[in-house]
Amino acid sequence: MNPMPTITDEERSELRRHGILLTSVEELYNWGRSHSVWPLQFGLACCAIEMIAASMARFDIARFGSEVFRPSPRQADLLIVSGTVTKKMAPQVVRLWNQMAEPKYCIAMGACAISGGPFKRGYNVLKGIDRFVPVDIYIPGCPPRPEALLHGLMELQKKISGQSISGPEAPRHLRHDTSCEYPVPEFGDHDLVPPKNPEVWKVPESPPKD
Amino acid sequence: MSPFDASPLSPSGGAHVRSVVDEFHGDLLEVSMGPHHPSTHGVFRMIVTLDGERIVKLKPVLGYLHRNHEKIGESTSYLGSMPYTDRLDYLNAMTNNWAYALAVERLGGLAVPERAEYLRVILAELSRLQNHVCLAGFLLQDTGASGTPLMYAFREREKILELFESLSGSRMMCNFQRFGGCRTDASSEWLGQVSSLVNGFGAFLDEFEELITGNEILMARTQGVGVMKGPAAVSAGITGPMLRACGVGYDIRKVDAYGIYPRFTFRVPIGSHGDTYDRYMIRILEMRESIGILQQALRDIPAGPIMDPKAKLRGFRPKPGESYGRIEGPKGEIGFYLISDGSANPYRYRVRPPSFVNLTLLEDLCLGHTIADSVVILGSIDIVLGEVDR
Ligand code: SF4
Repeated sequence: MNPMPTITDEERSELRRHGILLTSVEELYNWGRSHSVWPLQFGLACCAIEMIAASMARFDIARFGSEVFRPSPRQADLLIVSGTVTKKMAPQVVRLWNQMAEPKYCIAMGACAISGGPFKRGYNVLKGIDRFVPVDIYIPGCPPRPEALLHGLMELQKKISGQSISGPEAPRHLRHDTSCEYPVPEFGDHDLVPPKNPEVWKVPESPPKD
Repeated sequence: MSPFDASPLSPSGGAHVRSVVDEFHGDLLEVSMGPHHPSTHGVFRMIVTLDGERIVKLKPVLGYLHRNHEKIGESTSYLGSMPYTDRLDYLNAMTNNWAYALAVERLGGLAVPERAEYLRVILAELSRLQNHVCLAGFLLQDTGASGTPLMYAFREREKILELFESLSGSRMMCNFQRFGGCRTDASSEWLGQVSSLVNGFGAFLDEFEELITGNEILMARTQGVGVMKGPAAVSAGITGPMLRACGVGYDIRKVDAYGIYPRFTFRVPIGSHGDTYDRYMIRILEMRESIGILQQALRDIPAGPIMDPKAKLRGFRPKPGESYGRIEGPKGEIGFYLISDGSANPYRYRVRPPSFVNLTLLEDLCLGHTIADSVVILGSIDIVLGEVDR
């Protein structure tokens, strides 16, 4: 079988000069998806204020096609976990994540969402939302500046544009052997039950001793 | 009395609400608003019982953002708790810092140099400006004016945050006050920037008011909605603009005369109806008074040191005792109660959060109103969940 004919970037831009746009379905599909990521309008704590600031006139998240904050998880593509997730709140966050339709992405914004942050010592604070929800982008900071959120969003767009639409590398929503439902923890006697979802989070290996 | 007797529960004298004894026949609807709801200002939950559109019962559910602030404070050094206070009411890090610093200063018997006192006043009043302007924006967002007023509010807030950032290094979590003074000194350029912002702020308020204050829809949605009576507010411990909106002239800046506030001439605006509109107007008027305070402080600020030389920040061990420091934060009385047993950590660390206490009358304010009004009433109380749940 002949190999697929390839076309260089110069040839492509030459064609574009003549009004011919040559692209692949995959590229078109990802281009569309990555520039209309609608976040869920959902604030948890201090970081949410910076998220609001990012959507206001000065930082203007609309430049990246993400100004459409949806109040309903059914219409949202992106869950920005913006703040401290407590053990009382974690089940609701996972439930919101489950209610979102695929393809969906998650950004952990701020130290608290990543690891518990300054409140990690607290008895009621979840030590990172990635124990229950697969996180795509981590944005460190306490709080991250709005520019950092925008940078995180651009990284997410890059990630989306790199996804293939078939084959073993295909993302979760295009495969039949994966589910978009994640188990919702419950508040047990002492802690969340289960305390983590082993499918998305493993205990990190300790760094090698030297 | 039959279960279907009508009883006038509505405080505004508007539509009557049927108080239903027998819930089975009353056809009531229980709605859970939150913790994820776009207009609950964070992870706040209300369980609302509705008769048609009218609220007959409202039960707040708290604790979704309980971050163990007080418990962590008991195992943290006095200096180490300062950044945590930023994250209580995360819109007003500067005033939280000040209240905490005041409590520790009383515990350790520290004095604050003149220049630091002036800086504190300047930063606290700037903080009040940005808090109130945000509140006005969010309140209008809740009444349905989506976007535009909030954009204007955040435009001004960004200017103030820029000043905070250039002085303290952070936009929101300033961590600026220290017991015995302030962390960094303000340059004369910085003070110049503040005064140009302050001098322009009045014009912004004029513009904002021209667009909003006389607006018919705003008046219809807020006048007579959520009326609170002065005596009820006092017995519930409500403070701040909420209390002054119902006609009680209580401002800790005047009552306690902490810091150098007695040196400034300013008036305390007082409302007369205690409704949501008054609560909105009080904030606008307070901003105008804050502009006056800022102008006086910028005119009078002396040169000099900004830290008490006796203050020992690291390894600070006050003598056993207790102290309470409170100031007039933008939301009301923010206070810190500390007990020292002579060690490096406080034995007890307690926060008196204004927005939590102001929330106690929420049900009384909302009874008889529609569910859309409850959102507006909640917006006018000005809560921040980091402080409510701590
Ligand atoms: S990371 Fe910092 S700013 Fe963000 S929610 Fe946690 S404490 Fe607040």
